[in-house]
Amino acid sequence: MTAPTLELRDLRTHFATRGGVVKAVDGVSLRVDRGQVLGLVGESGSGKSVTGFSILGLVDPPGQVVGGQVLFQGQDLARLDEEAMRHLRGNRIAMIFQDPMMTLNPVLRIDTQMIETVLAHAPVSREEARQRARDALGQVGIAAPEERMRAYPHQFSGGMRQRVAIAIALLHKPDLIVADEPTTALDVTIQGQILAEAQKLCAEHGTALIWITHDLSVVAGLADRIAVMYAGRVVEEGPVEAVLDAPLHPYTVGLIGSVPSRNRRGAALNQIPGMTPSMLNLPAGCAFAARCPRAASGCSEPPPFVEFRPGRSARCIHPHAEGPPA
Amino acid sequence: MSAAAEAPIVEVRGVSRRFEKQLDFVARLARRAGLPVREEVVHAVDGVDLTIQRGEVVGLVGESGCGKSTLGRMVAGILPPSEGTILRQGRDLRSLGGSEARLAKLRTQMIFQDPYASLNPRRKVAEIVGEAPLYHGLVRRADLADYVDEQLRRAGLDPALKGRYPHQFSGGQRQRIGIARALAVQPDMLVCDEAVAALDVSIQAQILNLFMKLRRELDLTYLFISHDLGVVEHLSDRVVIMYLGRVVEAAPSEEVFARPNHPYTQALLAEVPRIENRKRHFAGVQGEIPSPLNPPGGCHFHPRCPHALARCKVERPVLREIAPGHRSACHLNEAT
Ligand SMILES: Nc1ncnc2c1ncn2[C@@H]1O[C@H](COP(=O)(O)OP(=O)(O)OP(=O)(O)O)[C@@H](O)[C@H]1O
Ligand SMILES: Nc1ncnc2c1ncn2[C@@H]1O[C@H](COP(=O)(O)OP(=O)(O)O)[C@@H](O)[C@H]1O
Ligand code: SF4
Ligand code: SF4
Ligand SMILES: [Mg+2]
Ligand SMILES: [Mg+2]
Repeated sequence: MTAPTLELRDLRTHFATRGGVVKAVDGVSLRVDRGQVLGLVGESGSGKSVTGFSILGLVDPPGQVVGGQVLFQGQDLARLDEEAMRHLRGNRIAMIFQDPMMTLNPVLRIDTQMIETVLAHAPVSREEARQRARDALGQVGIAAPEERMRAYPHQFSGGMRQRVAIAIALLHKPDLIVADEPTTALDVTIQGQILAEAQKLCAEHGTALIWITHDLSVVAGLADRIAVMYAGRVVEEGPVEAVLDAPLHPYTVGLIGSVPSRNRRGAALNQIPGMTPSMLNLPAGCAFAARCPRAASGCSEPPPFVEFRPGRSARCIHPHAEGPPA
Repeated sequence: MSAAAEAPIVEVRGVSRRFEKQLDFVARLARRAGLPVREEVVHAVDGVDLTIQRGEVVGLVGESGCGKSTLGRMVAGILPPSEGTILRQGRDLRSLGGSEARLAKLRTQMIFQDPYASLNPRRKVAEIVGEAPLYHGLVRRADLADYVDEQLRRAGLDPALKGRYPHQFSGGQRQRIGIARALAVQPDMLVCDEAVAALDVSIQAQILNLFMKLRRELDLTYLFISHDLGVVEHLSDRVVIMYLGRVVEAAPSEEVFARPNHPYTQALLAEVPRIENRKRHFAGVQGEIPSPLNPPGGCHFHPRCPHALARCKVERPVLREIAPGHRSACHLNEAT
């Protein structure tokens, strides 16, 4: 059996802040296979982005990966030096950030940036590199790419900048893409183009994709599997249909229930009471307990991550058996 | 009943709003040197008609930059139109004078996406909520504390927190402060501009429920601007769809979602991700959203429209009724 494209084993990334240690990622285990899409969902602050940065080795101080393993095609990335990691990043692993200016250089023309990226990783002529860059821009729906390439990032709208950043990530047909809410700021007609490109890359090239989002509706259409994060931990994981149609964890049930289209038009939406706990002040037991309608005495102990059925795991001691109540 | 009571709460007639785009340094130099440099003009809103009846929730949707916020600000009376008139219960606000105009303006309040940006960080919540009603004489100073408590409670905030500052609240709570502040001047209409866009789904549901509760309790009318069609479908009685400054379709909510008429609306609805749709095949609408600085002639949608006819490039389609209460601006509806 071949190793999965990516496997996280008990990943822990903490930030030592003045107020205390923020356990932004605290024991996350995940896997994505070749050609698969994993949707990583959760509310803001739940640790999705930090998980992404940890995979790419891009956690800045005061943050630090303090435990666990990041296995890329079976190889532990923690053991690589910065040089080897940098090579892997441009070539075989790519990240698309929430803010496209994390990828783009504001003072260089788009064509310069893209051609340099191609040349840094592939032994091709400048003309060939330009051609590849132009094709990649066309793929993400930039009209008249030949002409637009000569612009600077500030001459593009936010949505176009994001599409350029995505085009750069697609350039090398990497084995793994970590996409952190890349379409959240885009309009749905443009989002559709981007999702179509991502799907094509996975299907045709076998790229594994981690799509980070707070939007369950996007992953419903895109992902093969879903992992739900809450307060730095994965609280539920499984195939899309199983997680959305028969969620085990009360938080997942609450999230699905609050999606407007799941509710009768005009009726009060199901809402999760209360708010996300502060990461500096997590309760000793289940982090969801204060908001959980099923909380009982045993929930004051930290619940373990249990595989209830093959490929269906959740971190809850009183899980829903058949999914949400009608 | 008087004629004024029957008039729609808002009537937008032939309203346009243009913005002159500032010339940059190079362009200003070039112009001083005598080179022909044109001021660029954005037609943010271009000849819009829109009627809102009392008690209605009208959803306004469309892609970024299509003019939703600009139209919303004009409806709220905080941005004057370049052309056309806006009637509030049959009266043109511009025809009113002094204090009458001031009080009439308070009747429409706006709720923004980022409440933080619109809340003074150095003011306590009690001051933020109480300032305007006191200033406008809607409440006496002696009654102010109770009045503020009532607004906070209605917005779902514990009045015990009113001595705190905005930064001490979560995003959802800050949105509640913004709502309490708006309600404190006793409006009968709210213009909500992406009011839940920045909130997590579970918190978004709390705020949407609050909007629906307030509608019932206070008989409010809403213009609800959102790029999220799921939210708009859930909340709205009627939906208005804009594309590059123009209304392309307007109809009762069920009608739009069941029988979208305009090719742009059809494309938009096809791309909306829905939790019910699993492992679907995404396609995207071909082409880009054109620049509002230089919109295509005729029907603005023609470069992306799969059904475009020759006349679509030159002739602007008129928004006309195609079924009772259902209006659409597309030449295909006229082909006979
Ligand atoms: N004060 C201004 N000066 C110049 N141009 C403006 C101004 N306000 C808006 N515009 C332009 O008018 C057009 C419509 O803007 P508007 O903010 O109404 O869009 P919107 O539909 O609300 O978009 P979004 O969904 O991104 O909020 C845009 O092209 C915008 O750049
Ligand atoms: N540089 C940092 N310093 C301190 N805490 C941080 C830093 N970056 C992220 N965090 C904290 O880590 C947690 C997870 O953050 P993040 O991964 O960005 O969440 P998400 O992407 O799910 O919204 C949050 O509590 C956040 O405040
Ligand atoms: S462990 Fe207890 S509190 Fe936590 S989600 Fe499960 S039932 Fe709720
Ligand atoms: S008027 Fe023409 S271009 Fe515009 S939407 Fe209708 S068919 Fe398409
Ligand atoms: Mg994030
Ligand atoms: Mg806007």
